Amino acid sequence: MAQNTNILDYFNLFWFAVLPYVALFTFLLVTIQRYTRRGFTYSSLSSQFLENKVHFWGLVPFHYGILTILFGHLLGFLIPRQVLLWNSDPLRLHILEVTAFIGGIFTLVGLVNIVIRRLVDPRAKVVTSTADWVVISILLFQVGTGLLVAIFNSWGSSWFAASITPYFWSLLSFRPDIAFVAPMPLMVKLHIISAYFLILLFPFTRLVHALVIPNPYLWRKPQLVRWYWDRRKIRTPGFKVKRK
Amino acid sequence: MDIRSQVSMVFHLDKCIGCHTCSIACKNIWTDRKGTEYMWWNNVETKPGTGYPTKWEDQDKYQGGWEKRDGGKLGLRSTGKARVVFNLFHNPHQPGLDDYYEPWTYKYEELFNAPEGDDQPTARPISMVTGKYIDIEAGPNWDDDLSGSPVYAENDPNLSALTPEQRAQLSAIERLVFFYFPRICNHCLNPACVASCPSGALYKRGEDGVVLIDQKRCRGWRSCVAACPYKKSYYNWNTGKSEKCILCFPRIETGQAPACFHSCVGRIRYLGVLLYDADRIDEIAGRPDNELVDAHRELIVDPHDPAVIKAARENGIQDDVIRSAQKSPVYKFVKEWKIALPPHIEFRTLPMLFYVPPMLPVMSSFDGKTVKNMSEGLFPDFDKARAPIEYLGKLFGAGNNSKVRYVLKKQMAIRTYRRAVTVGDVDMEHAEGMLREADCTVGEAEAIYKLTSLCTFEDRFVIPPAHREEAIEMVADPLEYKQSVGFGFKEEVKRGL
Ligand code: HEM
Ligand code: SF4
Repeated sequence: MAQNTNILDYFNLFWFAVLPYVALFTFLLVTIQRYTRRGFTYSSLSSQFLENKVHFWGLVPFHYGILTILFGHLLGFLIPRQVLLWNSDPLRLHILEVTAFIGGIFTLVGLVNIVIRRLVDPRAKVVTSTADWVVISILLFQVGTGLLVAIFNSWGSSWFAASITPYFWSLLSFRPDIAFVAPMPLMVKLHIISAYFLILLFPFTRLVHALVIPNPYLWRKPQLVRWYWDRRKIRTPGFKVKRK
Repeated sequence: MDIRSQVSMVFHLDKCIGCHTCSIACKNIWTDRKGTEYMWWNNVETKPGTGYPTKWEDQDKYQGGWEKRDGGKLGLRSTGKARVVFNLFHNPHQPGLDDYYEPWTYKYEELFNAPEGDDQPTARPISMVTGKYIDIEAGPNWDDDLSGSPVYAENDPNLSALTPEQRAQLSAIERLVFFYFPRICNHCLNPACVASCPSGALYKRGEDGVVLIDQKRCRGWRSCVAACPYKKSYYNWNTGKSEKCILCFPRIETGQAPACFHSCVGRIRYLGVLLYDADRIDEIAGRPDNELVDAHRELIVDPHDPAVIKAARENGIQDDVIRSAQKSPVYKFVKEWKIALPPHIEFRTLPMLFYVPPMLPVMSSFDGKTVKNMSEGLFPDFDKARAPIEYLGKLFGAGNNSKVRYVLKKQMAIRTYRRAVTVGDVDMEHAEGMLREADCTVGEAEAIYKLTSLCTFEDRFVIPPAHREEAIEMVADPLEYKQSVGFGFKEEVKRGL
């Protein structure tokens, strides 16, 4: 690469070998800092209370869609071989592609409804911040490019597993190898770059709600009691106060 | 036996004058912030009426509380482990702002800024949510004193227990009857809100049973709002966290009565400790509807019983808390005299706020010429009373009218007895006969009379010492925090981006 370095290489290097690290480390550090210092701000910031009609048609398709797709990307990333194996049969390939596409459409429809809701309903407007618009815009861009890629560069589930996954792993092992992404079509590149921006902005926005999903509920007892102190101890003569 | 202590309450409905002082005291202290304007942790409803939020008692609409599933196990109506996953993005049973009302204020400056003209300037109402002009269509007390009865009172969910004739009777002009129903969080023993929270943010304080929402753990999934059958958990649309009545725990911990109790003009409110056996909660909450009132009482144990005292001590309950339980006015009303009943116990959350049902001075009827007592016996005929007993039975007895009849009978007997003592126009033998029939002794009648009519502050509020200072000493050096704002979390309460 060193011999014929041109401006495009620097370009690629920045977007695909520098930005991902900036995004990832910002994500990790800020998320933790926010959780420990400003934990109060972790909330779904629901606005269903203020507007409860369009809400369903926005939030539900959006979340079902985006979670399906995220899960799909995760599979391609974690078990690329199995995905390729699955795709070796055209019927199964089609099933996977169509599912992913429908997920994308769901996400898009949901997002459009979310936008309309926040533009039109006077009460929803009250709880719409600039940060919300930034998040929604990036998500729209993300889903839009994703759908275009699905249409014009089809069989993404296969080439993702074959080319993008190795690139991601090269990033994670701190030996970034952009040879896989450099030749990708522009739309794919935009999709990847916008994903990095999402990760970068994630900890600063309402998106953090996705990190505090309530899993313990599924196995905890229904009733919770908190004792401020063990009173058996307090009644024991000679019990020593532990100072931190 | 797993003995725990619970700060519990009694509201004496015969004494409530419907002045809303309690609501205002609470509002001024706790819910005058942005996002909480619509919340009334304490509210006073007119009954019959649809209440706040509108028709909160109708669980077909709101899906609050517990229901018995196949096999007798209790489950929440609104959510469950399997369903929660699918309902997180959109809570299907979440009430919206319009189920409560849109809070408003007035543009007062227009009174001053208006240019000179022929008309009086007016202060137009503006929404406290959007800041825009609104037409006020509902308020937290829109049906106060039966206003708009055809829209509100006649849609009271409790009226389903009545026959069409009784319903007609209840709303006929000049036969109208109503009473006030002040409500706060019941700080239940089997709270639906706690059981529903996906984040585990809600909890019951072990020491005094106050049910709280950990503001830092709350993520705004709003399950508690849907699950509470009394609709006493609210969503703060500004901070994105749910909030509820905290029984003024900072006041209780410092030996003061909660603000609504302290300010109550009618002195209808009583507060004291009850000891109960936590091991039996599940079993008791699952009993058939008509046994629930008695079962709930069974759960509350006698603080004088040596076995109970021993078990309480073993559980770490302080001696002065046990002594406080022995003096508890709530224990007397609920357990000894049996004249305070839980509201809508059929929701099975085991509420720890009890009501003395109102007598309603309508035991006699007026036929246009004379006022007649409609009974030959010692007692007026409660079943012919203008407020049908079925109505009160639905509210306070889970349909078991005999529980309400018992209370009314006792109260009536005590009134007659006191009249014999003070006015003397009633035959004492007759009065004592009534007492006997009402399962009441002269001594008990006097005690009830005293605690109802002549009670002092100290009689009404027997607040257990909190001993929180010791708790703090266990985890931190109190001197370290001297002159700082407190021991809680000290983060700015600000909405996230
Ligand atoms: C992991 C599980 C997730 C859960 C349980 C969840 C839950 C929620 C809830 C309860 C809301 C508030 C809805 C309301 O207004 O009532 C919300 C909003 C939102 N969520 Fe999620 N979410 C999840 C994952 C995600 C993911 C992965 C994304 C995107 C990357 C996302 C993006 C959003 C956005 C953009 C909004 C705001 C929508 C608006 O503007 O109204 N969520 N989510
Ligand atoms: S009334 Fe009971 S269920 Fe409702 S908020 Fe209070 S403790 Fe929870």
